[in-house]
Amino acid sequence: MLKAFQQRRWPLVIVWVLIIAAIVAAPAVVSGFGLNLLGRFLSLSIVALGIDLIWGFTGLLSLGQGIFFALGGYAAAMYLQLNSSSDEPNGIPEFFGLYGVDQLPGFWQPFHSPWFTLIAIWLIPALLAALLGNLVFRNRIKGVYFSILTQAALLVFFNFFNGQQKLINGTNGLKTDVTELFGQQVGSALMQRGFFWLTAVMVILAWLAVRWVVRGRFGEVLIAIRDDEPRLRFAGYNPTLFKTIVFAMAGGLAGIGGALYTVQSGIVSPQYMTVPFSIDMVIWVAVGGRGTLIGAILGALVINLARSQISTFWPEGWLFILGGLFILVVTALPEGVVGWWQAGGPRNLLTRLGVARRIGTYPRLEMDGKEEVQS
Amino acid sequence: MQLLLESLFNGVAIGSVLLVAALGLAIVFGLMGVINLAHGELIMLGAYTTYVVQLIFKLPALQPVYNAYVLVAIPLAFIVSGVVGILLERTVIRRLYGNPLETLLATWGVSLILQQFVRSVPLAYAAGLVLALVLGFSLPIILPDKLLEGPRARLVRAGSWLVSALAGVLLAGGLASQISRIARATSRNVDVTAPKWMRGGIELSGMTFPVPRLVIIVITILAVLGITWFLNRSVWGMRIRAVTQNRSMSDCLGISTDTVDVLTFGIGSGLAGIAGVAVSLLGSVGPNVGTSYIVGCFMVVVLGGVGNLFGTVLASFAIGVLTDLIGAGRLLSIWPSMPAPLASVVDFFATTSMAQVMVFALIVVFLQFRPAGLFPQRGRMVEA
Repeated sequence: MLKAFQQRRWPLVIVWVLIIAAIVAAPAVVSGFGLNLLGRFLSLSIVALGIDLIWGFTGLLSLGQGIFFALGGYAAAMYLQLNSSSDEPNGIPEFFGLYGVDQLPGFWQPFHSPWFTLIAIWLIPALLAALLGNLVFRNRIKGVYFSILTQAALLVFFNFFNGQQKLINGTNGLKTDVTELFGQQVGSALMQRGFFWLTAVMVILAWLAVRWVVRGRFGEVLIAIRDDEPRLRFAGYNPTLFKTIVFAMAGGLAGIGGALYTVQSGIVSPQYMTVPFSIDMVIWVAVGGRGTLIGAILGALVINLARSQISTFWPEGWLFILGGLFILVVTALPEGVVGWWQAGGPRNLLTRLGVARRIGTYPRLEMDGKEEVQS
Repeated sequence: MQLLLESLFNGVAIGSVLLVAALGLAIVFGLMGVINLAHGELIMLGAYTTYVVQLIFKLPALQPVYNAYVLVAIPLAFIVSGVVGILLERTVIRRLYGNPLETLLATWGVSLILQQFVRSVPLAYAAGLVLALVLGFSLPIILPDKLLEGPRARLVRAGSWLVSALAGVLLAGGLASQISRIARATSRNVDVTAPKWMRGGIELSGMTFPVPRLVIIVITILAVLGITWFLNRSVWGMRIRAVTQNRSMSDCLGISTDTVDVLTFGIGSGLAGIAGVAVSLLGSVGPNVGTSYIVGCFMVVVLGGVGNLFGTVLASFAIGVLTDLIGAGRLLSIWPSMPAPLASVVDFFATTSMAQVMVFALIVVFLQFRPAGLFPQRGRMVEA
């Protein structure tokens, strides 16, 4: 920030001050329910950042981010359930009693530890993503085949979590809002306010981290994979490794987002792994602008806010709007709103409408950095 | 022996539903490289068409021939889904050729719209709309060229659309007034009742073969034979294959690639409609009925090898037999003296949804060895 002052980029500083002020002041201005919604949508924008990383920069369209999102959520919920079930019979979460299970399944054991859970929230999804990704990328399966396989994987995980009552309460999911953390109920207003601030900070940290990744040399390799993978391979790089790493990163981000979403929505259930939800995640990024990080965050926020608003007064209309948005964004606005803005879209629009004057430049300048890549 | 036969029959029955659902996708995806996520919704439209046809045949005037409604539903479902598919191709997909990922997203948007459409538009009016579209598109083709090229061409075109719209309104009004069940929008699932001859089963050497399953197998066989004949023996089939192999060369040789695109997509979508008839015979029909099939269809196409119909056939039966073997826990009855740990694993996967988990996992393992499916496309193509 100091550097920004020295370079006279004080508008940037003002923007940051405004953002931080908005985050700090939000609980005072917005009602409890509104704050909760905002916090949830912010945690979704962390997932969107991950999708932007793999799709916008690396060109991998994953339709299975719901897996990692839900795994992060389950990890958090399992810890919370264990943490507040010491009074229950056998000292295990209450729902086990419904299915006649009196012993904690083995994989629950490590979630007694808060530290393990904090790591598991992002590490388990990341490791799973690395494993799945490596199996796919190793065979040079890419493009739509990758998308289809991730979707199939999503269905596999959905069926698994949906069917296993005795292990993780099946289709009912795990509730978190009545559990306790630090002696407070997770669903209480105080805790929710804390989670909101935590989420806001995590969004900023995730944004900084992803920005750091895509601006470095690593990011250049990612963009090269997106634009021409065979050429990169001929140049001596191993795309499989890079793709695996970046897919794992996106999985980890989805896990963090899922955990934050879970504690704020009060439940994690296999519904987070349904096919439509995972495809919706992609459209947040597409509308905001793939390849622009701010676009991913804003896209997730704006579309989800619109959904919650429109669904209340016109429930039938939302799917029409969402479906239209999908079609519109790929046919008319492939860069997304932020990408369109950055490419001088508003000015072009005004020019076309005859409001603004046309600026003449050399054709070369307009082409610069935007040459079509032959595929 | 009987156990084996029964298992085989169940596997083939599951596989044939998969096959008829995946056949259209295999054509659209395999020949055109288009990922159509709205394929499931085209299946749903076929199923709803069956429902409407069945209700129409319940009217007193048509009551005597009620048993034959399935035979009418099949071509109608083909036309309805085909026309919606063509509309989809002309308005959205043609802008996106060569961009499979973008088609994927756009067609997902279409599928959302179609799902909400059948929820919030009464089926009677939807039927009228479809009729108007079918007539509107086919009249300019049917009418003699002389009329269309004359000085009043524009008037004739406008007139034909007006006539189609009027026919649509009449149909919608007639259906809505005669059949109260489709006069109002509903998001509830509806049930197609099978005609009398399709209920029950055929007993053969101590085994029962449910008739609806047999009908679906017959429909599937006919569809596969028909599409194989069309692609390999007819002129337009040859053109489709030519465009698939080399688009620009076919264009140079005077094949209208635009028409081929429409035709291929229309046939692929129409096959989805036929699949819809089959699906409606198995269970209740709802706005989400297509969603449950779409992922399975894609797995069939990927496993079979893209652009290979025989691979699609083999893959769907393989998946069908495997699903039945695992899901019904037949492995245990085939091999009763299985060691206990293995038996508990088999038992764990012995439900329909867990069988899907296992089958998909097996497919992913299989793709490790044959990344391009059972029958990969051979050719001098550079890996792009």
